[in-house]
Amino acid sequence: MTAAPEQIDVLNEAREQVLERGVGLTEAQVLKVLELPEDRIPELLALAHEVRERWCGPEVEVEGIVSLKTGGCPEDCHFCSQSGQFPSPVRSAWLDIPGLVRAARQTRDTGATEFCIVAAVRGPDKRLLSQVRDGIKAIREDGNDIQIACSLGMLTQEQVDELVAMGVHRYNHNLETARSHFPNVVTTHSWEERWDTLRMIRDAGMEVCCGGIIGMGESLAQRAEFAVQLAELEPDEVPLNFLIPNPGTPYENYPVVEGTEALRTVGAFRLALPRTILRFAGGRELTFGDLGAKQGMLGGINAIIVGNYLTNLGRPAQQDLDMLEELSMPIKALSQTL
Amino acid sequence: MTYCSFCGKEEADGDHAFCRQRLSMIDPPRYCSECARRMVVQVTPDGWAARCSRHGLITSCP
Repeated sequence: MTAAPEQIDVLNEAREQVLERGVGLTEAQVLKVLELPEDRIPELLALAHEVRERWCGPEVEVEGIVSLKTGGCPEDCHFCSQSGQFPSPVRSAWLDIPGLVRAARQTRDTGATEFCIVAAVRGPDKRLLSQVRDGIKAIREDGNDIQIACSLGMLTQEQVDELVAMGVHRYNHNLETARSHFPNVVTTHSWEERWDTLRMIRDAGMEVCCGGIIGMGESLAQRAEFAVQLAELEPDEVPLNFLIPNPGTPYENYPVVEGTEALRTVGAFRLALPRTILRFAGGRELTFGDLGAKQGMLGGINAIIVGNYLTNLGRPAQQDLDMLEELSMPIKALSQTL
Repeated sequence: MTYCSFCGKEEADGDHAFCRQRLSMIDPPRYCSECARRMVVQVTPDGWAARCSRHGLITSCP
């Protein structure tokens, strides 16, 4: 073993603290993990996988997502090709109800238990909420009992209550990055406003889905800060995205996160969040390719978005389902979630 | 004349290797290859549809 003593220590500490006791790493510990040399990554991933199996079980949660309202967003999230403030080629579009029903059916047919309806907005207006309500009703009338999640931006208490009444069981609202880095990424609203929405969701009894994007110019210390801030929120799910430098956005020339760095991040986030559903989300195709996706699944990930994303394409769903079969990872059944 | 459906520039103008890589991996077409207009693109879990106001609809379905 060539690693320095303090680097050995952090994984030893994690074995006792996270694996044995289920207590997530502190910010300082997460930073040490993120600074581990490349030759220790296999050891980190093996431990993260053990932690995931111990505290979450062997199942993988499969989800599909669809964009109900694309583009034309008034916010200035610098990573996002759907902001109306940047010269991105993405044009505004609405998905109609039959299209939404088809998308939910396509998702169910993959064996997924989750279907997330997403809109590029600051927060939902009456028209959008009405479309969501009609869409959920139509999905149910189609005989589809998949769990429905939503991601519609910042909410008022009244809107939270409406979503609960519609039967939305989980709400996605990403903090995106560390609190200290957020003002560099978004200027049209604050990290705290997002936090407030997340608290309302939790208090209303919906499951909280909250993650972010790695590779937006944050330092390793800020990445560690973010992992621990997420842990403080105690989300049910953390989707982990890797930046896709999309044309026209302020981050279009940012480098794609390197595979080894991404794997280190996956392992570190699992050790900070031992009991959380940790989902592979956007950007993994560019960052990892095929081989790295497997390594991630064996390094702490226990959920996956299959098929396409909102404006970018993913791998064909069957390719990911074949990968899970090859890894002997069972897909979480709908009966387990209801 | 044909246009790159990733960046919207003429195919003959420069090297589009990066554009082709993105289109083969993670991007649906954004610009009409016949006129370079930005298209309205809808991505769904298992496909995409892109509409040019002049040249109509293309989809990922063969």
